[in-house]
Amino acid sequence: MSDRILVATRKGLFTLERKSREWAVAQVDFLGDNVSAVLADARDGSLYAGLEHGHFGVKLHRSEGAGKPWQECAAPAYPKQPEGETDTDGMGKPIPWNTVKLWTLEAGGADEPGLLWCGTIPGGLFRSIDKGASWELVRTLWDHPKRKEWFGGGADLPGIHSICVDPRASRTVRIAVSCGGVWVTKDGGASWACCAEGMWAAYMPPERRNDPNIQDVHRLAQCRQSPDRLWVQHHNGIFHSRDGALSWQEAGGVEPSNFGFAVAVHPQNPDVAWFVPAIKDEQRVPVGGALVVTRTRDGGRTFEALRNGLPQRHAYDLVYRHGLDVDATGDRLVIGSTTGGLWVSDDQGQSWGAVAARFPPIHYVRFVP
Amino acid sequence: MAKVVFTPNLARHVPSATVEVHGATLREVLDAAFAGNEQMRRYVLDDQGALRKHMTVFIGAARVRDRVHLSDAIAEDATVYVLQALSGG
Repeated sequence: MSDRILVATRKGLFTLERKSREWAVAQVDFLGDNVSAVLADARDGSLYAGLEHGHFGVKLHRSEGAGKPWQECAAPAYPKQPEGETDTDGMGKPIPWNTVKLWTLEAGGADEPGLLWCGTIPGGLFRSIDKGASWELVRTLWDHPKRKEWFGGGADLPGIHSICVDPRASRTVRIAVSCGGVWVTKDGGASWACCAEGMWAAYMPPERRNDPNIQDVHRLAQCRQSPDRLWVQHHNGIFHSRDGALSWQEAGGVEPSNFGFAVAVHPQNPDVAWFVPAIKDEQRVPVGGALVVTRTRDGGRTFEALRNGLPQRHAYDLVYRHGLDVDATGDRLVIGSTTGGLWVSDDQGQSWGAVAARFPPIHYVRFVP
Repeated sequence: MAKVVFTPNLARHVPSATVEVHGATLREVLDAAFAGNEQMRRYVLDDQGALRKHMTVFIGAARVRDRVHLSDAIAEDATVYVLQALSGG
């Protein structure tokens, strides 16, 4: 199991290490700075941290490995907007050609050393082929006419928060957008198709509810061993796909709630997935003030609420879309909350232990492979 | 020459010593100030070359007027202050 966790928070990056069966903070970086995304690249050990300075904009830093110094590299930046051209989202709001947030970072395939993907707000997907020394906006997606139909969900502007590189074929990449459904390329980004058939949106008029391109996917996750098996925590439900995102089925009977942000899938068993529910979109706190993780072990037919070791009274911890991770064994899980709570499980969520620290609001947790 | 003074909080991230440069407009002055320190440009200006949303500039006592094109005129002996707007704090 992985004994190191990166915890990206509103006020710094914390590296946790497990020693003598206890988790403790081993290193603190960027203290006071807003760390919006973090990546531990299993291919070469590099670490990446996306920063969001209130005044100075978004930045990206790279370290060659745990304990090694951080150095600023290039952050994804939008090209010059054509003079006189207006760009608005699906709700009519102006879209700035500026990187507002580095929302997610992912490594390319094992056969693509140095290749990185970055999803941003306001909706641009970027690719680097040199470990973040330079970035290029994926124009095929940015210039796609349907991109302008995306709109913000949670954030003011649309954004790409999930990127799944198919381990069998690195040129197949599935991404998810709030709000813009799931998009798939099978040719390394040369062409894209929106693939959210079967999802529905409670927040839209009936005439638009089944439109794949307006679906508010909160988080998309794939099974590493069976990448055609995908899971989505959506704004109004949980969906899964057995055909690489071509079609989606909703999972029913999710108690105590089917609302949430995060999802993780067992890396070897696609029938096992975890979620962290909250009451509903207008009440983003755990049901009854009791923090639980929901788990299915049968491909979404049934769900169980796991609560052993999690606070069950007056807990108002919300776990955001990147606040849940599973390690490569599928046994160890971590959740980090908006109120700085952090818990680790070594038995697939059956029981949890709190890490003794009062963290700033947690945006992103990642096991270091 | 115009003097360009940066908020001391920038020094945590990039070298930001006061510089003296030539330029008739704010754009020209900042371009000259960023020469040899391109990293600084990205801390002050956004992807489109406009002043970042939560940054501000004073030219002497006067707050910048053109935040997008940076066309404000700069006198030969002006002091340009590149500061953080409190809105971003």
